[in-house]
Amino acid sequence: MSNPINSGDTAWILVCCSLVLLMTPALALFYGGMVRRKNVLSTLTLSYVFMALIGVQWVLYGYSLAFGESIGGLIGGLNFLGFNGVAAAPNPNYSKTIPHGLFAAFQMMFAVITPALITGAFVERVRFKSFLLFSLIWATLVYDPLCHWVWGKGGWLGALGALDFAGGTVVHIAAGFSALAFALAIGPRKGFGKSPMEPHNIPLTVIGAGLLWVGWFGFNAGSALAANGVAVNALLTTNTSAATAGLVWMVLSWLDGRPSTLGLVTGMVAGLAAITPASGFVTPMAAMVVGAVAAPLCYYGIRFRDKRKWDESLDVWACHGLASTWGMFATGLFATVEVNAAGANGLFYGNPGQLAVQLLAIGVTMAFCFGVTFLVAKLLDWSIGLRVTTVEEEVGLDISAHGERAYS
Amino acid sequence: MLKKIEAIIREDKMNDVKDALKELGIVGMNIFEIRGHGRQGGITLAGRSGTYQVDMLPKIQVNIVLSDRNLEETIDAILKAAYTGETGDGLIFVSPVDEVIRIRTRERGYDAVMYPGDIDERKGRGAEKS
Repeated sequence: MSNPINSGDTAWILVCCSLVLLMTPALALFYGGMVRRKNVLSTLTLSYVFMALIGVQWVLYGYSLAFGESIGGLIGGLNFLGFNGVAAAPNPNYSKTIPHGLFAAFQMMFAVITPALITGAFVERVRFKSFLLFSLIWATLVYDPLCHWVWGKGGWLGALGALDFAGGTVVHIAAGFSALAFALAIGPRKGFGKSPMEPHNIPLTVIGAGLLWVGWFGFNAGSALAANGVAVNALLTTNTSAATAGLVWMVLSWLDGRPSTLGLVTGMVAGLAAITPASGFVTPMAAMVVGAVAAPLCYYGIRFRDKRKWDESLDVWACHGLASTWGMFATGLFATVEVNAAGANGLFYGNPGQLAVQLLAIGVTMAFCFGVTFLVAKLLDWSIGLRVTTVEEEVGLDISAHGERAYS
Repeated sequence: MLKKIEAIIREDKMNDVKDALKELGIVGMNIFEIRGHGRQGGITLAGRSGTYQVDMLPKIQVNIVLSDRNLEETIDAILKAAYTGETGDGLIFVSPVDEVIRIRTRERGYDAVMYPGDIDERKGRGAEKS
């Protein structure tokens, strides 16, 4: 009997798992640079804590809820509790050529970064205790089921044929629309809209964005779950979209005044978020269109949010939610089985039905994530309170919540 | 009479002003990093999406306590060194000082604001009673 484990695939996904892990510290830097100096440690912690929190939750029950034996296509069963049976042997449903434990670990890194993305919505004012409780509830009630719907064997959205290569719905639309809901529930920072809240360390943000791009190769190309042509295509589309969106964003900010550094790196991240669902299904030239449209969409999305005085502080909704909404839609336009035989054709390849399925997946994800997040956030606000006190907010969360300061 | 100069200048003129004062023989001074605005109002910075206005700009404040006999020369030196002609060049405030006491020697008045190699020594002036 031949060994079904392919060492090339296994080595590649081991690397990708580490690359995706790196994205959470990268995100922490990306966000940490954009807040005021009194809240940088707090902001770093809001991201980092998920490596600890989900690192435990995923092993205990998160993986099982997402990828366990499907219960009506809605949620995974409890058969993988405590990583029971998730080890060295491959799993025919998810990882034919790599150990099941590696697939579960790779997926864990997605479960870690997704709630970390949301934290951009409520930095500089969230109460740490309420945030931890919210995060655990969100991972359990939103991420795990949604992940099952889209990627779990028998999950209902996946079964309908929704194409989401690396997490347009599960990660980015989920994070973006949850961020918006939470921001509306918690309210704006004290002084928001009255005086500019300047980023205190743009170099941190720039380093974070660079590391995110590196990590994103693991995120998207790793989602092929094999060291093959689809992985290489995903890497190429990822790079092309990020590059195009960065360029277009830079030009947009130039037309409004100066070619902003923060604008350039924000554009790159928007391009990365946009291509995520499409990366394994479309060509590099289609990825260029994805990036070119993502930049103005998110650029003016930020403006739209700002005009409405929504303090969704670091623009998770615009840069991830809107970007990946477009990316999911674009998958329904540009997907072709020539790139990925396991995918489908989109509208431009004669299959308008795919676009309808994509729209359904987009709408369901938005409504589910926004609705549950808003409800949970409001319940927590009424019970234990979502915000720190005014004095704690003025002092800054580094000192008031963590008893530390970043710069002594 | 002892006087205090508080000169608010551009950050990027700090070295020019310091060099001019050194050349003149003004030794003792303190500098502060401050924020504020006058006629200049503020500057426009690029954000993620479009620009925003910052009204409090970083400036340098130079404090000098000196004998009144050196006042006008010092003011002239600062005026020349800190000048660009654009709004935002800054302001100079002058006020009287009641007393200066050097902690190490307990010298008071003019004696307390004299330094080796300073403008007074170069001009061969000794301490006068304040």
